Amino acid sequence: MPGLLERETHAGLQGGDERLARSELRRQIGRLERELSGLVAEAFPLRSVDAGVVASAGPPRVAGLEELERVRDALAERIGEARRALAEQAELWKRNRELLERMLADPAAHKWVRVSRADIGEHGCGHWHSRPRLGPLGMLMGWWRVKVSSGCPLAGRLAAVERQEASG
Amino acid sequence: MEGAAARSEMGWEPAPEQGWVAPHIAAEFPGLGIAWVEVDARPGPSSEAVRRRLRDLSDRFYGAHAIHMREQPIPWSYRVFFRQIGLDPDRVRTPVEQLALDRLHDGAFLARGLPADALTIATAETCVALRAYDAERLEGRLCIRESAPGESLSGRSGQLEHGTLTIADERGPVELLFGEAERRVERDTRRIAIAAVQVKGVPQVAVDEALWIAVSVIQS
Repeated sequence: MPGLLERETHAGLQGGDERLARSELRRQIGRLERELSGLVAEAFPLRSVDAGVVASAGPPRVAGLEELERVRDALAERIGEARRALAEQAELWKRNRELLERMLADPAAHKWVRVSRADIGEHGCGHWHSRPRLGPLGMLMGWWRVKVSSGCPLAGRLAAVERQEASG
Repeated sequence: MEGAAARSEMGWEPAPEQGWVAPHIAAEFPGLGIAWVEVDARPGPSSEAVRRRLRDLSDRFYGAHAIHMREQPIPWSYRVFFRQIGLDPDRVRTPVEQLALDRLHDGAFLARGLPADALTIATAETCVALRAYDAERLEGRLCIRESAPGESLSGRSGQLEHGTLTIADERGPVELLFGEAERRVERDTRRIAIAAVQVKGVPQVAVDEALWIAVSVIQS
């Protein structure tokens, strides 16, 4: 986290200096917590970000320098991990969107390829599927097209299936 | 936490009382405070109006709300404070996040009777951390302080680790800060104390509103 954190340790400080150091660490923890919360919210609902920073077991207390440093560093680490994961995810979505564009432009070159909305970072259950027209005939003739699914199954249908399964 | 007299003059009845914070703790955590208000009331089932209010609140709380809540100033302030006192807010939940989690788990804010429902409504509306105690079992002013050597929580075996942050009255620790109340409201309680724990970043107006909502729900 360059520019955000001063990673020096505060070992050896005493009295007022130590209190100032604790105050500074608490300020840094506050900023990091805000940043991590933003990343958690940004990732939701398509991805979950691990925001947990395991605190040393014990009752609530005035955390010392060492503990505050550990929390700060762990938060910074979590933020780094979350940023990397979100960047990788964004890159994957971008590549999938490019694939979808190529697929729509030339379905025959992408036989049976299926791209879901989740694959490109969109909500919902729909997907794009490169399939032959008219089944086997289209396969033989090379008549390929991209079929867009109709989205999420209806709740009523699911309820009917559950009832069926329960009775069967 | 100042201005109790002013609020009393403005007709805030009963006016909240201001607790104190041990100087050492106040120096470490500027903005930390505790205020409470006492009201004559017995615990019991909630009225239909309170249950309806819980249902209305439930309709305003969704999964996305629970996730985005941590970005809001007051819930964020409690999360930060938890981290600063050695608690992981993703394991020991802040009061409002615990409420949101319960709401998602149960599918609604379930009616649990008074004063619990009053605290639920006030916390969900304001995000302020509230506790309820049996006022007749409290002595003197509430405070936030570190536990002294040899102190323990009543009803629990073992001594508190020296330096544990507690909510205490003049008799001794009432509970761990953001822990479970020891002198909580029981069936025979006749006077209830609602306490709000304020941390840096939580405005006074939110604390006042939380106490006011809780009391008005109890008295409704």
